[in-house]
Amino acid sequence: MTEQERIQKQRTERTREESEDVSHVAKKGEQLKGELDDLLDEIDSVLEENAEEFVRNYVQKGGQ
Amino acid sequence: MAIEKILGIETEYGVAGGPDYDPTTASSIIVNAYAQQGRTRISWDFNDESPGTDARGVLGVGALAPTIETHLANTVLTNAARLYVDHAHPEYSSPECASPAQATLYDQAGEEVMRRAQRAANETLPEELKIKLYKNNSDGKGNSYGTHENYLVARQVEFADVVRAMVPHFVSRQVIVGAGKVGSETDGARGFDHDFQLSARAEFFEEVVGLETTLKRPIINTRDEPHSDAERFRRLHVICGDANMSPVATFVKLGSTALLLAALEDDGPSRFPSPPALPVRAIREFSLDTTLRHAVADEEGRTRSAWDYQDELWHLAQRYVERHGGDAVAKADEVREILNQWRELLDGVRDEPDAVADRVDWVAKRRIVEGYRSRYDLGPYDAKLRAIDLQYHDVSRDKSLAQRVGLREIFSDEQIRHAVVHAPEDTRAYFRGQCVTRFPDDIVSANWDSIVFDVGHGPLQRIPMMDPARGTRALTGSLFEQNSTAVALVAALNG
Repeated sequence: MTEQERIQKQRTERTREESEDVSHVAKKGEQLKGELDDLLDEIDSVLEENAEEFVRNYVQKGGQ
Repeated sequence: MAIEKILGIETEYGVAGGPDYDPTTASSIIVNAYAQQGRTRISWDFNDESPGTDARGVLGVGALAPTIETHLANTVLTNAARLYVDHAHPEYSSPECASPAQATLYDQAGEEVMRRAQRAANETLPEELKIKLYKNNSDGKGNSYGTHENYLVARQVEFADVVRAMVPHFVSRQVIVGAGKVGSETDGARGFDHDFQLSARAEFFEEVVGLETTLKRPIINTRDEPHSDAERFRRLHVICGDANMSPVATFVKLGSTALLLAALEDDGPSRFPSPPALPVRAIREFSLDTTLRHAVADEEGRTRSAWDYQDELWHLAQRYVERHGGDAVAKADEVREILNQWRELLDGVRDEPDAVADRVDWVAKRRIVEGYRSRYDLGPYDAKLRAIDLQYHDVSRDKSLAQRVGLREIFSDEQIRHAVVHAPEDTRAYFRGQCVTRFPDDIVSANWDSIVFDVGHGPLQRIPMMDPARGTRALTGSLFEQNSTAVALVAALNG
């Protein structure tokens, strides 16, 4: 293997590793986004119906 | 030698609903509902309460001693906790615990107590008067209420050294243990561009050191009320923390603080990073900076971000454990876990927040707030986002959003249910818990450092418990086995 071939091979390997890394991150990102979408659906189903009124009515006396 | 870091958390819960929407009435209904469903109603003894005593030895000009409201509902539970109405909130004060993990368990037991109290109260109330409880620290309108930690500290430690050493931690730990908040609600936060801050509580602090807890709140509270032998102990009363829903956050908050206090006792304050020149500005500005890059200057002009402070403090704690071990704080495995989690959360919030969204409340909350905002294209202060913030802290399981974001558990439901009823075994809480469980009808009143018995003849008998590390199962278990009545127990103790 010539020096140039060796470098070429290294580059190819590195590129393959990087693209695997990128696709791993992308997959993880998609998975997280999917989880978040499900979570937001669930929040929609339990969130107090009239948010405006719910937030306005929540008034506390200061404590410690 | 560092002394055993006995510790606990007391939480004032937010309360909504009830007759006339009156929070004091609603709080009384909650406390009484729980007390009545239990077997006992033992009242609290105010004899030794002195919240006006200042650790600096003098009363600050204009400082008001906190008042005690003796007429409101107030009870001692079989797990040795105190459940009562404080101001206009139901409050659960955990029993004295022997380690940060145990104190986390008893904090979660407190949530379960509130959940049960709410259920019992609401069974008797019509739909429109149902009560809701929130484990949070403000109403979004400028009213705040506290989640206070307590740590046993050796009396020999100069109070000035506590201030010097601990201010850096108290202003910066919010980067990993802040509960998060949508927007802001005080003048202190004006002039910053922010939709979300790390801490719910930080913007309410106005002084560095002081006696107050309700007005002009100080980062370091000087209340000198050890609830134990005052010649040997201090009780450091920490009022600047957030109510955490994440058990790991509670564990790291307590564990990091306890390790730093032990390091202070053993090595003095000189190894600690110097505090910001303006601590009040620092605690607020750090809270408002979600990039974690904002740095503040110390007296010498050296600048650090909250993250930098935590990094330095972590290294200090780690070196302390290498040199001295962490026996004063917990067993070796638990100490290692404190350091591991503290480190993981710190690296996580900087490098990969998603990786710690299961443990850092502000990251978990911000993720759903931002997700919701972009899904519906909402403005930064939309009522729906504030509703998410509030509902994150709802104690009822079917409403709580914290229940749904995938927070990592430390304890099983079974362990938490056990802690609702049974006291810790390795502090004086064990003695109080046993007395309350076995002899409810013979106890006139109880408080942190004594129990008063009526044994049917002669004067009332006060049993002092001035050392929080005694009264353990190891020391008193056989006493309860051998004495099946209050009369016999008191006689044995007096003999």
